[in-house]
Amino acid sequence: MKCPKWAQLKFSEINYQDIIYYSAPVQNKKLNSLDEVDPELLKTFDKLGISLSEQKRLTNVAVDVVFDSISIATTFKAELAQQGVIFCSISEAVKEHPQLVKKYLGTVVPIGDNYFAALNSAVFTDGSFCYIPKGVKCPLELSTYFRINEQKAGQFERTLIIAEENSQVSYLEGCTAPQYKENQLHAAVVELIALENADIKYSTVQNWYSGNEQGQGGVYNFVTKRGLCIGDNSKISWTQVETGSAITWKYPSCTLIGKNSQGEFYSVALTNNYQQADTGSKMIHIGKNSRSRIISKGISAGNSKNSYRGLVNINNKAMGARNYSQCDSLLIGNLSNANTFPFINVQNSTAKLEHEASTSKIGEEQIFYFLQRGISIEKGIELMISGFCRDVFTELPLEFAEEADRLLSLKLEGSVG
Amino acid sequence: MNNKIPVLEIKNLKASINEIEILKDLNLTINKGEIHAIMGPNGSGKSTFSKVIAGHPAYKVVSGEILFNGNSILDLNPEERSHLGIFLAFQYPIEIPGVSNEDFLRLAYNSKLKSQNIPEVDPIEFLTLINDKLKIIDMSASFLNRNVNEGFSGGEKKRNEILQMALLNPQLSILDETDSGLDIDALKVISKGINAYMSSEKAIVLITHYQRLLDYIKPDYIHVMQNGKIVKTGNAELAIELEKKGYEWLK
Repeated sequence: MKCPKWAQLKFSEINYQDIIYYSAPVQNKKLNSLDEVDPELLKTFDKLGISLSEQKRLTNVAVDVVFDSISIATTFKAELAQQGVIFCSISEAVKEHPQLVKKYLGTVVPIGDNYFAALNSAVFTDGSFCYIPKGVKCPLELSTYFRINEQKAGQFERTLIIAEENSQVSYLEGCTAPQYKENQLHAAVVELIALENADIKYSTVQNWYSGNEQGQGGVYNFVTKRGLCIGDNSKISWTQVETGSAITWKYPSCTLIGKNSQGEFYSVALTNNYQQADTGSKMIHIGKNSRSRIISKGISAGNSKNSYRGLVNINNKAMGARNYSQCDSLLIGNLSNANTFPFINVQNSTAKLEHEASTSKIGEEQIFYFLQRGISIEKGIELMISGFCRDVFTELPLEFAEEADRLLSLKLEGSVG
Repeated sequence: MNNKIPVLEIKNLKASINEIEILKDLNLTINKGEIHAIMGPNGSGKSTFSKVIAGHPAYKVVSGEILFNGNSILDLNPEERSHLGIFLAFQYPIEIPGVSNEDFLRLAYNSKLKSQNIPEVDPIEFLTLINDKLKIIDMSASFLNRNVNEGFSGGEKKRNEILQMALLNPQLSILDETDSGLDIDALKVISKGINAYMSSEKAIVLITHYQRLLDYIKPDYIHVMQNGKIVKTGNAELAIELEKKGYEWLK
């Protein structure tokens, strides 16, 4: 297999011999509560803009923390177990629930699916596993925090979520990495399976280290995320806020097999300095009356490149399928770059598709208007950005929406004016 | 008027944009309670004058001085000048997509309060406050839910500027062609708003091309600007004369 070259991304060849494929923090004992985690580790999360604050831990969020190659803590396990919900690291799931892992792992993203999925399948050591039994509405927000700590480590985690008939779950992942001059590779695979009437909501706040102002260092984020709406009336919704990484290559997708199944993709991708993002979604319609919705908001500042790349594929069996896509780009400054590459492939005359796109710019005159009215640059940009992203932020779980808002403002600090 | 207290004093001001000098030795003093009109042909530097006072970063002050209530404002950024009480009603108010007028107005109002160490108002208190101001310019409350200037008609944009002026209640207001593109009814409403705002403590600079605005708002002085300086100053009669003769005869 060869590294795919079709994305609007420039980077030098990755030396795969140079990467450490397994790295574990010194602390080895598996913990049940974040209170037992080394406070220094928690502090590092805080510093990187993703807080695992007391408040969040108390407000019905169960957290799994993955450091480098292994999972170090999972909270609220006992509470979840009462409902039959399994939420643990994938290494634990392999030992404790092998029948589930065997049945589903690799069914959505086969090992040879693409270059980076193959790499992940070969070397992954840990990740998160989540199983929601029939008829259960998961009582807590589930969440995983990933962190690459080792300088030369690659992170290759694997997430598998299975929602049985009539079940519901909302899952959030957050990602951070400290600052190094060298590039780190993150090649994850996420697989979601929604059976009849099941509903999976998967949200991401990605804040991997994005490199310095000259574009040195940062994480190469090559991720394969796919959901299978296999059951009738099932629904999978992806929401992502991508602010970090030197390079983002990521297309969370839905394969809509069940009748009336629904796929959604809500995305805010922000790039600054020399960041590059090529991200979007694929919606593969197979089931009758399957529906999908793509809302993508790209913000490019500095010298960055931000591309939306998407595919809507409507199969000849997908009678009455519908898709709505909206791709908006916002440019800040004169050196940033925004592209949109929507692909549409329809083999069915009963399908209905809509595609909207827009490009706008935050200019000096808008900023001056804010300033003249006594509003600071930061506040003004924050207001404009949160207005631009509103359609996506309303999809995020409440306690994270504000965090996302703040993260964007933080990332744009000093990029205008 | 006795006991004239200057609000704005401009002394030998030279200012440029992209190395091109636009304001060439401008002198002007505006006292409390005065309304000054600045007229003059296109390209004479009227809008530049307003932007320089407000501190637009694209314009560079080459030499001279701008005093506001006796203190130099040359080193202050636009935001600080706004907090001091300098307001500019834009000739072409810019559209800000995705930001509601209400949020924008509240943020502007609270930023000013904050600069004066006064507690900020919450959205509900603010709504009462802004509703009173809306009446002044004859706008319905639905105006607040729309995005700032987005899809506004020319007249609505100008009214929005006056609404902001009424809300922020600045000491000095510079109105850059606020009358341009208005029908006669809108002109009356806006003039009403401006007259309601004016007091003996405040000052207004009207930049205009037309005598008709001055039928509704009576200026104390009229200045004619040409080639970056004030070439003639007179009273209200001057505007009528200019309307008849144009600017050529002043050269």
